[in-house]
Amino acid sequence: MSRQKTQAIFLEKASYRKRRLRDAAKLVPFLGIVLLAIPLAWSSNAPDDRIGSSGLLYVFGVWVLLIVLAAVLSVWMRSGHGADGQDTGAN
Amino acid sequence: MSFNALIVVALGYVVFLFAIAFIAERRAANGHSNWLSSPWIYTLSLSIYCTAWTFYGAVGYAARSGLEFVTIYLGPTLVMVGWWWVVRRLVRIGRAQRITSIADLVSSRFGKSTQLGMIVTVISVIAATPYIALQLQSVTLSFAVFAQIEGVTWDQPDFNVTAMWVAIGLAVFTIIFGTRNLDANERHHGVVIAIAVEAIVKLLALVAVGVFVVWGIAGGPGEMLTRIDNSDIELWNDDSGRWISLIFLSGAAFLCLPRMFQVLVVENADERHLHVASWAFPLYLFMMSLFVVPIAVIGLDLLPAGSNPDLFVVTVPLSQGQGGLALLSFLGGFSSATSMVIVATIALATMVSNHIVTPVWLSFQANQHAVMSGDVRNVILLSRRLSVAGIMVLGFLYYRVSGGGTALAAIGLISFTGAVQILPAMIAGMFWRGATGVGAAAGLLTGLAIWMWTLFLPSFGVDAVISQAVMENGLMGLSWLRPQALFGVSGLDPLVHGIMWSMLLNATMLIICSLVTFPGPLERLQGAQFVNVFEHSSAAPAWTGAATGAEDLLIMSQRILGSTEAQGLFTQEAVRQGKVGYLPEVTPDFIERLERELAGSVGAATAHAMIGQLIGGSSVSVEDLIAVADEAAQILEYSNRLEAKSKEQEQTARALRAANDKLTALSIQKDAFLSQISHELRTPMTSIRSFSDILRDGEMGDEDHARYASIIHDEAVRLTRLLDDLLDLSVLENGQVVLHEQTGKLSDLLDRAMRAAGLHDGVLQVSRDRAAEDITLTADLDRLAQVFINLISNASKYCDAAEPHLRIKVIEDKDGYAVDFIDNGSGIARKNQELIFEKFSRVADGSKAGGAGLGLAICREIMHRLGGDVLYLAGQDGAAFRVRLPKVKKSEALEQT
Repeated sequence: MSRQKTQAIFLEKASYRKRRLRDAAKLVPFLGIVLLAIPLAWSSNAPDDRIGSSGLLYVFGVWVLLIVLAAVLSVWMRSGHGADGQDTGAN
Repeated sequence: MSFNALIVVALGYVVFLFAIAFIAERRAANGHSNWLSSPWIYTLSLSIYCTAWTFYGAVGYAARSGLEFVTIYLGPTLVMVGWWWVVRRLVRIGRAQRITSIADLVSSRFGKSTQLGMIVTVISVIAATPYIALQLQSVTLSFAVFAQIEGVTWDQPDFNVTAMWVAIGLAVFTIIFGTRNLDANERHHGVVIAIAVEAIVKLLALVAVGVFVVWGIAGGPGEMLTRIDNSDIELWNDDSGRWISLIFLSGAAFLCLPRMFQVLVVENADERHLHVASWAFPLYLFMMSLFVVPIAVIGLDLLPAGSNPDLFVVTVPLSQGQGGLALLSFLGGFSSATSMVIVATIALATMVSNHIVTPVWLSFQANQHAVMSGDVRNVILLSRRLSVAGIMVLGFLYYRVSGGGTALAAIGLISFTGAVQILPAMIAGMFWRGATGVGAAAGLLTGLAIWMWTLFLPSFGVDAVISQAVMENGLMGLSWLRPQALFGVSGLDPLVHGIMWSMLLNATMLIICSLVTFPGPLERLQGAQFVNVFEHSSAAPAWTGAATGAEDLLIMSQRILGSTEAQGLFTQEAVRQGKVGYLPEVTPDFIERLERELAGSVGAATAHAMIGQLIGGSSVSVEDLIAVADEAAQILEYSNRLEAKSKEQEQTARALRAANDKLTALSIQKDAFLSQISHELRTPMTSIRSFSDILRDGEMGDEDHARYASIIHDEAVRLTRLLDDLLDLSVLENGQVVLHEQTGKLSDLLDRAMRAAGLHDGVLQVSRDRAAEDITLTADLDRLAQVFINLISNASKYCDAAEPHLRIKVIEDKDGYAVDFIDNGSGIARKNQELIFEKFSRVADGSKAGGAGLGLAICREIMHRLGGDVLYLAGQDGAAFRVRLPKVKKSEALEQT
């Protein structure tokens, strides 16, 4: 099927904000991947330099950050719910 | 806490779950299902991801490998916070296509293929069996812990008997609540609410033990962190490959495990629940993981060396005399195990019955009437119940055969890897229209083979299935086929090695085979619907015509959906079509709807086959697909044409409006002219009449006589000139003019024009460039001179500067010559520039002009006849006119000479 629907190229402020929120939501997992890959760089240091509870706190801290980000974004997105449900299109 | 008391509590807990499930089913049946389908229940139901392997095993995992255990929860966390990528699409597709299981998803996407459904089902069952065995093991182990307190040390038969009873109990619960209704889209309210309750119990239990450990034993978070730092647990190991691989593996397994697919997609009541689940489920996982390391550290500190770290969650409270806490913890583990087993068996049983049993049964029913006469509904329900029992038996047997040893603990991740083999087909199916069924099958089988060879078979232990010799030297002595060093890649962790090769080759086969094969029409149709699920595009109906009556379809549907629901569906459709009665017209649309409805019960492949048998198999063809595409293209073209046409009309309308404005202005001008011309004609006529009256009366001197006669003569000349002009214009306009070709110099012509224009008074200064005027022209020079005279005399008449000055400029370019007459007066207002060339138009005060406003109109007519033009040049110092002459005359007037 051809994409025959002509979509608006520019949106009003509310819809625009919604799209950007969606972009942010899509980026959260990548932030998570980057932050969770950082510990990989630690372990190659000196063997006696043990990473103990600080590593634990780091990982759980990143986890909390991801949860909070997801929660905030989801609440914001829901508060403006119903403007448009399209996945593709305009900015 | 006596062992018997534990049995009673466990049984009581089971009864409680039965009651809750029963009440939920009752309420749902009465239509009070609102609170059942809240985002919180949905989120809690996702928690079946945390099985007993998590509940007990995570602590053991942490005791052995440190922080690596969190990877199992970080993967799903990333998938859920990134739900906008995959999960949302998955849920939407699941709802749009009435998907019943992950096997159904793959089968449906690739042309409702029965074979693919079977392959995915087989992979899922193989991968899930050890996992179910693992759950049975943890429950029996935790029972054994309590038995041990009473001094009873269990032998193998005790374990086996307990495991058997647990398996039977779970099978009964699952059959009662999981296979009662057939339409999977109606969802299993009872089961979902039960697992939601269990989710709360296991979270509470783990958090309670954690709080007890951190505050009760260690004495606060600070002390706890110190103890962690001082413990023997190596929080970080150096194998970074495992860290990343396991995050990927757990995230992928979260999507591919049949039980996760069941709760995530099939049981999803509302897509918006994902908004909450996207952060609430990661939070749940976070809570489940928070106290794992503390429990492991304290367990290693307190308990004697050699005690099983997998049971620390129960044994640590017991060792501190906290019987109640231990009991809660036991219930948490029990909940984890049971909820996982129930959902997993429901999901697997649906897959087995829809994709293996029913197709096989259908293939034995040769003629189409079998679909109607055989009791399909009972066959399917029976096959589901038997599948539940069968899967439970498989799990139990695996438990028996493997001996329930520590080898089982390692199998969790291997089981994950098996399930994840479905990921490439699933992702490609959702995002790539080019993925074909052949490619998916090739990828799945390749992945399955590599997983079996590198991970599953070796997991039974050395010499169990694969001999030591093969492990070291490879299959048939081929060293590149060593299970843990495929293609000579050695030195990797066996698990990472298995994940890497199976996923890599799986995806590679999928892509290559998809690129070289051609999908069938139904496959292409489904591919488009899956990939474009968010675009509400019109799709081709999967059926083109039906050689059957609505009655036959109704009979068949009743056999599957039940009579009330089937009749409801048909009546609804009949109403939609505007027909009286309950039998609708059998349209392709309706068949498609019906098929989708049936697919919710028996899976897409089976539903398609059943309908195909009944209506004679006139399924969609490539031509139909192309026809639909053509139709869409035609509509698009038509709308484009309409748009172009309306644009054209708009242009015409604009031109018409401009013309109308001009006409109106002209009409006003004409009125003005008529009054002007009557005035012009009347003034000389009046003086002629009055002076001729005087002359007739006589009685005057000769001098007066001569004066009056000359006045009469002048007025008559003025009249004649006016009439000449009118005549001249009318001749020019009618094309009756005769042009006389002559050749002469432009400068001579201008000299002549200046002389004729009567610049005797010397008021108007004229500046010329004689060099530029040295041009030889061939045209009707008299007529051209008339134009020049007109323009020059206009300048002398109308230029209102104190020292009037006219500049005559000659420009030569490749098209011809331009002669500009530019004066230094105030020029002509913009709004009049259009009108001055019209007949009868007079911008300036008429009395001064002495003409009738025909001069410029005549000029323009003449120039048109000569093949040139005269225009007003805006933007000069004063009024400026340009006369354009073509170099080569190509005017039609030439033919008339």
